[in-house]
Amino acid sequence: MTERNFPIGGPVLEVKNISLSFGGVKAITDTSFNVLEHEIRAIIGPNGAGKSSMLNCINGIYKPQVGSVTYKGEEIQKVTPNIMAQKGISRTFQNLALFKRMSVLDNILVGRKLHTTSNFMEVALQLPKAKREEKVNRDRCEEIVEFLEIEDIKNTPVGKLPYGLQKKVELGRALATDANLILLDEPMAGMNVEEKREMCRFILKVNDEIGTTMVLIEHDMGVVMDISDRVVVLDYGKVIGDGTPDEVRSNQRVIDAYLGVEH
Amino acid sequence: MADQILFFIEVVVGGLLAGTMYSLVALGFVLIYKASATFNFSQGAMVFFAVLAFVGFMQDFNVPFVLAFFLAVFLMIIVGLCTERLVLRPLMNQSEDTLLMATIGLGYVLEGLAQAMWGVEVRRLDLGIKDFPIPWIADNLKLFISAIDLTAGIVAFGMIIGLTLLFKYTKMGLGLRAVADDAGAASSIGIPLKHIMLLVWSAAGVVALVAGMMWGARAGVQFALVDLALKALPVLIIGGFSSIPGAIIGGLLIGAVEKVLEVYIGPFFGGAIEGWAPYVLAIFFLLYRPEGLFGEKIIRRV
Amino acid sequence: MKPIFMTYTRGDLINLAILLIVGVVVIPMTVSSGYWYTSILIPWLCLALATIGQQIIMGYTGQLALGAAGFMAAGAFACFNLILRVPGIPFVGALLISGLIAAAFGILFGLPSLRVRGIYLMVATLASQFFIIWMIDKFGWFKNYDSSGIITAQDIVIMGKPFTSPVEMYLVIVAVVTPMTLIAMNMARGSTGRNWMSVRDMDIAAESMGVSLLKTKLQAFAISSFYCGVAGALFAFTYLKSLEPVAFDIKLSFKVLFMVILGGLGTINGAFIGAAFILLFPVLLNYIGNNVFHGAIDATIISAIEQVVFGVLMIIFMIYEPLGMAKLWETIKIKIAGLFSKK
Repeated sequence: MTERNFPIGGPVLEVKNISLSFGGVKAITDTSFNVLEHEIRAIIGPNGAGKSSMLNCINGIYKPQVGSVTYKGEEIQKVTPNIMAQKGISRTFQNLALFKRMSVLDNILVGRKLHTTSNFMEVALQLPKAKREEKVNRDRCEEIVEFLEIEDIKNTPVGKLPYGLQKKVELGRALATDANLILLDEPMAGMNVEEKREMCRFILKVNDEIGTTMVLIEHDMGVVMDISDRVVVLDYGKVIGDGTPDEVRSNQRVIDAYLGVEH
Repeated sequence: MADQILFFIEVVVGGLLAGTMYSLVALGFVLIYKASATFNFSQGAMVFFAVLAFVGFMQDFNVPFVLAFFLAVFLMIIVGLCTERLVLRPLMNQSEDTLLMATIGLGYVLEGLAQAMWGVEVRRLDLGIKDFPIPWIADNLKLFISAIDLTAGIVAFGMIIGLTLLFKYTKMGLGLRAVADDAGAASSIGIPLKHIMLLVWSAAGVVALVAGMMWGARAGVQFALVDLALKALPVLIIGGFSSIPGAIIGGLLIGAVEKVLEVYIGPFFGGAIEGWAPYVLAIFFLLYRPEGLFGEKIIRRV
Repeated sequence: MKPIFMTYTRGDLINLAILLIVGVVVIPMTVSSGYWYTSILIPWLCLALATIGQQIIMGYTGQLALGAAGFMAAGAFACFNLILRVPGIPFVGALLISGLIAAAFGILFGLPSLRVRGIYLMVATLASQFFIIWMIDKFGWFKNYDSSGIITAQDIVIMGKPFTSPVEMYLVIVAVVTPMTLIAMNMARGSTGRNWMSVRDMDIAAESMGVSLLKTKLQAFAISSFYCGVAGALFAFTYLKSLEPVAFDIKLSFKVLFMVILGGLGTINGAFIGAAFILLFPVLLNYIGNNVFHGAIDATIISAIEQVVFGVLMIIFMIYEPLGMAKLWETIKIKIAGLFSKK
């Protein structure tokens, strides 16, 4: 393997003893794992294993009953989507959560929210500061649009785009935040081989060029084993395997879970 | 002291009885919500439309009471089926907000049609029941309770029991609940969607007409009924949009609370606080129990 | 060429210049009939301004609020009291403070939006409508203890010059509505508008991008009711020329709602188109009633027909073009342009 621009560092995100249940139904039970700086970390597991719930706990959309999230050595007291965004964690969603009636560019521009300091008065009156900031943000988003090769659709309302393109726009929006860590919830679901390959290329490129840490959920084992540095395997809300792709592949419990052996 | 307690009881009972009227309007709303998953903002307009047609048949065409009643119900069924066909069905997969807007439009159409057909003047509706205290109760219990309020209360109570029985213990009722849950799945297992819609709209039509008659008998059949019927909305928030008992209890609660507030607190502010008190009450409910008293808690999934 | 957002394109500027010339020079020079000003242009611009307010909260932020008339009343009575009680206050100053007072009410009654949405929010905002009107009605101070219930609005005086003729009042309105429209457009196209729309389209994702739902919703409520407040004050001082709480009842709120929906959700232009339609359609119906049917149709029937048409249009737009007449207009323009370019 060639030398990486951003070699893998120490733990940047630590999830400790998370338990989450919905009215008695346990989604996650006492789960812990960590994410190292600059790595690509995959979460895999059968349907209903609690993968998406896990991401939602990290990002504060769900509130786990027990457990803590530590980011950059600091235990986050109040985990909300907003606070996590401010800390530098961005994300995409499993079932697409784009702003349907806004254009592609406007969607990505919302990702620049935390890099926008002019208030509504400055925007309303078009003061120089607001204009300057808008220009900077637009230039950055145009770069992202170019990077993702979606220039031709940048003024189209996202609601009108096919699924694969929407997934790309969502990645673009997450990139626009300049987050240090991006949570990707099934970024390649419903894509064909060609699209998947392209998406992998983007993920690897971002990781390599900017050093963004990635946590991704994916079903396609080939993809997962190819691009991730380490994999954590969930089943019935519990960790049943954690390690490099090779370690996970040879883990008996993981094999059982995927082959459907009786517990 | 005893007088004060008696007076308080009188206020509460008066409020509860008036509240049954809100319950009736809310009931029509719940029926349609259950069958079509639509917040039917035009329910108030339907009340107005139904009772104006009823009075119109009687007064303009000298149709006898019972026949006028059935004609009005028949008209309401047609209105309901047209609504289902022309408004709700084309908007089937749209957002709740879009549907709500469309029913606001529908309310306008119904109000306009009613006035175009029957005119705008206030019409008297005499059901033979007076808005006077019932002498027997006044003499024996020292409570002044209006005959028309009591009648409305009894009628509303009867209708509630009837509807509850209909939907709980008949095959149709079971079908309705299946439709409310998932119309597509219900029709695929052979539940006759058409019959159920017919049943629901008929029931909603009867409920609207009866509510309108009770109100009309007291205050005249007039446009103001539509605004009054708006108060069914806070009732629904308190009771929950999908619950028949919720509509009833919500209506009673709003009726009683607004009267008590009006009588005991209103005078300090120049009165007429019942115009907004139910809405403020609804806001407090929203803050503590957004799903209403009997509604199901909704978990938003991402 | 890359279209650079925010800095207006040449086409925008030309359109604006044409509109301003027509509005400020051509109309006052050619239209002399007072009827056009007092019955059409003045109410149109006032209501369009209120519609922009409703547009901001409903069309852009996606919050189903139904209380525009309440905030308009707050603005109107605030303006009346400011001019009455603060000696020497300039009219424009009073107008702005009235807007701010309405905005304060907007924030207060916008609070439920942090917990609820849809029809729930609509009912909560109805509380503002009924409460504000009740408050003005019941506390004599707001009406300067006038027992008749109808108070005459003061004359508009700016820099010592009274603006009382229809043309003068019209010009005052143009001078207020034009910058406020431009400001609304700036916000709607800029980062402020993007925050609103992100909350409208997918609030959870917006939050995950760092958009604060609390701040964004309350800000939208405040700005929306500021617009309604200023519009209400202008409406009372130039169109009604009197102040009575009943003029701002729930029917007016519905009217503004219709203007937003028929005009098109989420467009500023739509506010003007919607307001024009709702105002002009009854005028047209009356004209037909008087000239075609020679008064054979009763006026109440005409207003009932008007109601039916509005309702039917609302349903049709909801089914076929939820973006309203503004979108329809765009489509027609593109079609016409297509016809010409083929030749």
